[in-house]
Amino acid sequence: MIHVLLITFIITLFYMAIANRLMTYIKVLALQGVLLFFVVFIQLNEINTLNLVLILLETIVFKSVAVPMFLAYLLKRNNITREAEPFLPNFVSLVITTFIVVVTILISNTIKDVHLDKIFFVVALSTLFFGLYLIATRRKIITHVMGYMVIENGVFVLSLAVGNEMPMLVNLGILLDIFASVLILGIFLNKIGDVFKDVDVDQLSNLKDY
Amino acid sequence: MIGIYLSGALAIVVALFFIRNKTIEYSLTGLFLILQSVFTIHAFLNIGVTELVYFTYDSLGLLLLVTLSIIAIPAAMHSRIYIENHHENAQTRAIYLSALVMLITAISAGYLSNHIAVTWIFTEITTLSASALIYHHRNKLALEGTWKYVFICAISITFIFIGILFLSLALQHAGSYDLSYSNLLAKSNELNPVWLRMAFLFIFTGFTAKLGLVPMFTAGIDAKDTAPAPAGALLASVLMNLGFVGIFRFYIVIANTPLLHWAQLVVGSAAFLSLFVATVYMMKVKNIKRMFAYSGIEHMGIVMLGVAAGGIGYYAAVLHVVLHAFVKASLFFQFNQLYRVFQSKSIYHVGNYFKYNATGAMVLLLGFISSTAMPPSGLFVSEFLIFKSLFDAGQIILLIAVLLLLTMIIWSFGKNIFKVLFIPAVGFDDSNVEKISPWESFSQFLLLAFAVYLGLNPPAIFVQLLKESVSLLPVY
Repeated sequence: MIHVLLITFIITLFYMAIANRLMTYIKVLALQGVLLFFVVFIQLNEINTLNLVLILLETIVFKSVAVPMFLAYLLKRNNITREAEPFLPNFVSLVITTFIVVVTILISNTIKDVHLDKIFFVVALSTLFFGLYLIATRRKIITHVMGYMVIENGVFVLSLAVGNEMPMLVNLGILLDIFASVLILGIFLNKIGDVFKDVDVDQLSNLKDY
Repeated sequence: MIGIYLSGALAIVVALFFIRNKTIEYSLTGLFLILQSVFTIHAFLNIGVTELVYFTYDSLGLLLLVTLSIIAIPAAMHSRIYIENHHENAQTRAIYLSALVMLITAISAGYLSNHIAVTWIFTEITTLSASALIYHHRNKLALEGTWKYVFICAISITFIFIGILFLSLALQHAGSYDLSYSNLLAKSNELNPVWLRMAFLFIFTGFTAKLGLVPMFTAGIDAKDTAPAPAGALLASVLMNLGFVGIFRFYIVIANTPLLHWAQLVVGSAAFLSLFVATVYMMKVKNIKRMFAYSGIEHMGIVMLGVAAGGIGYYAAVLHVVLHAFVKASLFFQFNQLYRVFQSKSIYHVGNYFKYNATGAMVLLLGFISSTAMPPSGLFVSEFLIFKSLFDAGQIILLIAVLLLLTMIIWSFGKNIFKVLFIPAVGFDDSNVEKISPWESFSQFLLLAFAVYLGLNPPAIFVQLLKESVSLLPVY
């Protein structure tokens, strides 16, 4: 079951690579949050109630309700056009995403470790690299933020891989997630929308050496 | 005591944010400085004691804590001058002061923490408070700088977290779950090398955003440029030291494993690339504040070269970090006065500074001599020792390349500084230039003098602390 969930998670990455509209990205992010919740629920066997509530809050409430709603609100309020505007064609994106996943599978095959479930490692690492790829190839600032959210999801999967032995690390991951998202989304995306009307990275090049 | 310190500082932060009365805010900041000094003295008297499980007053943390507490006092004074000159309204003043106090507290706690996850948490808090300081002016440039800083720091903090996760995997092979530095060191021979390598790569890359090294240095440059100069002084000195602490404490662990040579290669190449990048930008840069920031990249490159070279280089690296903090803070404090005279950061609109503010110009000249490590600067001693360590390690070609790059840096730094000091700016209208009281430069002279004193005639306790802080590293 857990493998099915994690493979679905990987499939969402492929879907994101070829998606055209920003709303699709937001929906995929929400779906990833739900998937993560079920992964946690199955994976962490000795979990106390308080921890479960925290993780529930993080995955369901925060990742799949609050953040997507806020992103959708930002889209609307700042009149951001609905296209994702990638630098590369979707076909190339798809090839590169496949390449990322294949490479991480090859890497994980070289590692022999009883403490780590390989599929977690593959999913986490490919999500991480995919997030970086997304940041590098999309023009709008809001897609950068979405790329960062994808990276956070990858890190969350990775923290689950070691979570049974060290539950503290899962909580730290949640702390990071909430902290960074609130900082990035809450304060700055709001402000950037106010100051720069069409939010595009090309406008963020005024800090120069001369 | 650290419990009292942290809760006291938190109370002051909250009070500063909500009480919007000028007199009360200044006295609260003063109160915080007293708290900081008392805490530093307490730490000094209790070397080696662990408090609240996660904080140890060890020699490395203590050295940097004293540095921070010394720099914090002029930083607060210059912040006050800055706020008065800009006639800040109550809201920006409150945010500025509370972010300043929070930054200093988080850096102090980060220095002293003995657990890698706790260092990480306080590094996160420094990002938050630093971004409030960078966004101080609330204009487009400030927003751009803040956005870049926050985004890159968020990614780098995520990288550190991934590194910690890999480290925990490495540690599970040793049958242990305690991520404190002392436990990591005790178990260093049982750590799984594959995971340890991954952990080091991620943690190193993550902390370079704070330290100002290739690959994540860009965020720091924009931050120091857009933040008000007194806050920029903290970002360019003590906050960089926090990045150094994060890398150095983990480096101590990895240096005691068979991966030492690999780690030296990683750190050494990042350091050399930083020096190279700093040289390229120093030749080109026309913004004085960014020039100071790039000079910081250069110095951190030299520091990490010392760490990579080993031997006497470890000692010299820690010495260099401390001395650089004093010099760079002083230059940034001075920058604010320069800006008040010329109202510009660009080298083209600035010139003949000796005519308008002789005392400040002296600071700039002495700061230039100090930061390019010419004698009698204290940095001369540490840089000389780092070069010696490179020589001892047999890296002659690297040493020659580094010296060539440094010559180019000194040339371009000197060219710009002498233009600022002596050559009149074209078309500058000096009819209503602000007169700056010489007393404002007093603290900057003190910081520069302190760097000379510590470098040339270090007191015994200082040398002992330096030696202790590198005593866990292998000697060969």
